[in-house]
Amino acid sequence: MNWFKAVSVSKFLLLILCTVLLFAIVLLGTPDVAFLGSLGVFEEGAITLGLDLNGGSIITYEAVPQDEKGKITADGMADVEEVMRKRLDNMGYTEALVYLIGDNCVRIEIPGISNPTKAVETIGSTAKLSFTDDDGKEFMTGDNVDGAYAQYYDSDNDGIPEWSVSLNLDDDGAVKFANATEKAAALSSQSKNYISIYLDNSVISRASVSGKITGGHASISGDFDQEYAEELAALINGGSLPYDLLCDGTHGSLSSVAASLGERSLETSLIAGGIGILLVLIFMIIMYKFLGVISSLGLLAYTAIMGILLIVTKANLTLPGIAGIILGIGMAVDANVVIFERIKEEIRAGRSTAAAVKAGFSNALSAVIDSNITTLIAAGVLWYLGSGPIQGFAVTLMMSVIVSMFTSVFVTKSYLKIGIDLGITKTSAYGVKIKDISANADKNS
Amino acid sequence: MKNYNFMKNSKTAFIIAAVVLVLGVLSMLIRGFNLDIDFAGGTELSISIGKNVTSELDNIKAIVKDVIGEEASSVAKSGSDANQAIIKTKELSNETTDKLFEALKEKYNLTAETFDSIETVGSTISGDTQKTAIVSCLVAVALILVYITIRFQFTSGLSSIVCLAFNIFTMLAFYSLLQIPVNSNLIAACLTILGYSINATIVVFDRVRENNRKFKLAEFDDNANLAVQQTLARSINTTITTLLTIGMVYILGVDSIKDFALPIIIGIIAGVFSSVFLGAPLWSKFNKIFKVNAKQNKKEKTKKA
Repeated sequence: MNWFKAVSVSKFLLLILCTVLLFAIVLLGTPDVAFLGSLGVFEEGAITLGLDLNGGSIITYEAVPQDEKGKITADGMADVEEVMRKRLDNMGYTEALVYLIGDNCVRIEIPGISNPTKAVETIGSTAKLSFTDDDGKEFMTGDNVDGAYAQYYDSDNDGIPEWSVSLNLDDDGAVKFANATEKAAALSSQSKNYISIYLDNSVISRASVSGKITGGHASISGDFDQEYAEELAALINGGSLPYDLLCDGTHGSLSSVAASLGERSLETSLIAGGIGILLVLIFMIIMYKFLGVISSLGLLAYTAIMGILLIVTKANLTLPGIAGIILGIGMAVDANVVIFERIKEEIRAGRSTAAAVKAGFSNALSAVIDSNITTLIAAGVLWYLGSGPIQGFAVTLMMSVIVSMFTSVFVTKSYLKIGIDLGITKTSAYGVKIKDISANADKNS
Repeated sequence: MKNYNFMKNSKTAFIIAAVVLVLGVLSMLIRGFNLDIDFAGGTELSISIGKNVTSELDNIKAIVKDVIGEEASSVAKSGSDANQAIIKTKELSNETTDKLFEALKEKYNLTAETFDSIETVGSTISGDTQKTAIVSCLVAVALILVYITIRFQFTSGLSSIVCLAFNIFTMLAFYSLLQIPVNSNLIAACLTILGYSINATIVVFDRVRENNRKFKLAEFDDNANLAVQQTLARSINTTITTLLTIGMVYILGVDSIKDFALPIIIGIIAGVFSSVFLGAPLWSKFNKIFKVNAKQNKKEKTKKA
């Protein structure tokens, strides 16, 4: 073969090798090489899975003022957000998301809790601490508590250690506490020497005092297990909420998916996607022969690039999002179909294959761009107004459209140009029967 | 098929469309919609009981009535092995949900800690979802109309809006006919179809525009007819490839994604029908109504060669 052909063949093979290699890398992952890490799509944590695939809960609380005269304000909601964040961090939910919705709602997304209904109550509790004497008169609130931590030791000297929560009081609190304990201790003859601690209107501790306690430390003990003690400490440390947060059936919403269900959803969707791609490839090759092979390579490039984008952007992949990608595959092929049909038409009109390819691309381009822009508009509206899994769908749909525009137009064009250079110009290779070509070449403008 | 005159035979197409519309309206009035909790509020729970749900329906319903004090709105089976039960009730508080789980856990000796999935939507939030659905569709339609008017012509914009409305209506009609749960997936499905089916219409209109430019002396109807015939292969093949992919998702996917894929499939089919059989004839009719000479306007409005 001559020099020109040799160059074309090598370009072609190189391009194919690149595409296939890219696809393989994205699918299987690279070994842990320096900065690449392991890129593979199936590596743990490579792709950020949404809660409906990973398992987790989305809790939306509605904020309600604590008394009838109260109002919800923007500042108040900002406080709510901050307290929530601290609380979730303290409870160990470091991957949780907190954000405000509308005027009076706060939404929390937590991956992987095993008991969502209990979590709703704990996380959403107002956490108002109230210290009272035995008559129920409050002398101090949680505002004077600097910090709380769970402790495991024998606090009541009976030889058995138990869990309790120790409180550090600020200077003002230390004074109040000292005064209160002094007063209470003086009432021991009437058996009223007790200090009670309330959390949100229920008693969590009622301890007897025998003397003034200075030093600014108090302790809450009861029949606590480790989990409860740590939760309580976390609640107190996060601070109390300015409003009551409700998620109880009439207010707010809860959406929770167990990890097992999420796994099943992911598996079946991947299988569906795999089979779908295969069917499309077969269909394209049957209908468009050589062009079909080219579009298959374009599809491989599309899948590979989508995989990389998902990993790099850490976009949340939800179940509808996967549907969006799979749908996007069908739509990516759409651009190819438009262009290929145009090319076939040009060939039938009598143009040489090279000229037909060129004309096909330029004529079809405006239709391809217009249709992709309208899909982007719809996806954009959906992204802006939607939330949660629906937003995930909008994001992957937008990504699909943009990536498919790239692969269907540029990648395919490059392959085709090289194909022409290689001399793959027989019209039958493009799916056009000889008898369909008009005798006189119609010189279209 | 290539020699079928789409313009002259448009009456048949309109009749078919009318039949779909009438059936749809009847279904919506008589059967109504199966509003999911996103729109109506309520609680939906799914649980694997390890046995065939169909035989346990009565038992499950009895347990639900016992725990929450009233009948469940529905108990259905799901999952490929029919061992999963989907229970829908009015809005439940967290404690009631827990109690219900404990009752079912005891009856069926389950090891899980809680339901496979829990969805509770309060009535205040569901009202918002309804509003969002309608607003997003209207906004998207308006934007698309503006875009088409800029790229093509106002009368073609009108025609494409009618086609879009037909597609969405057909989807809603099937939601009612097949009682597919109406939830926020509806919004996604509708907007996807809005963005997708307009593609087919644009490809046809693009061709009509080109033919009008090339064959200035021919009648609009003849150019339009030719355009539809020329783009027919593309319209059909694209529909097939998209149906192959989303069809697989429908066949193999879990229940929640099936409810998402089916309306999209219906929308795609309605889309290809409307863009091939309704789009160009409507454009021609609108031209006549608004007394627009499509080709005259073309000369002034064409920006892109």
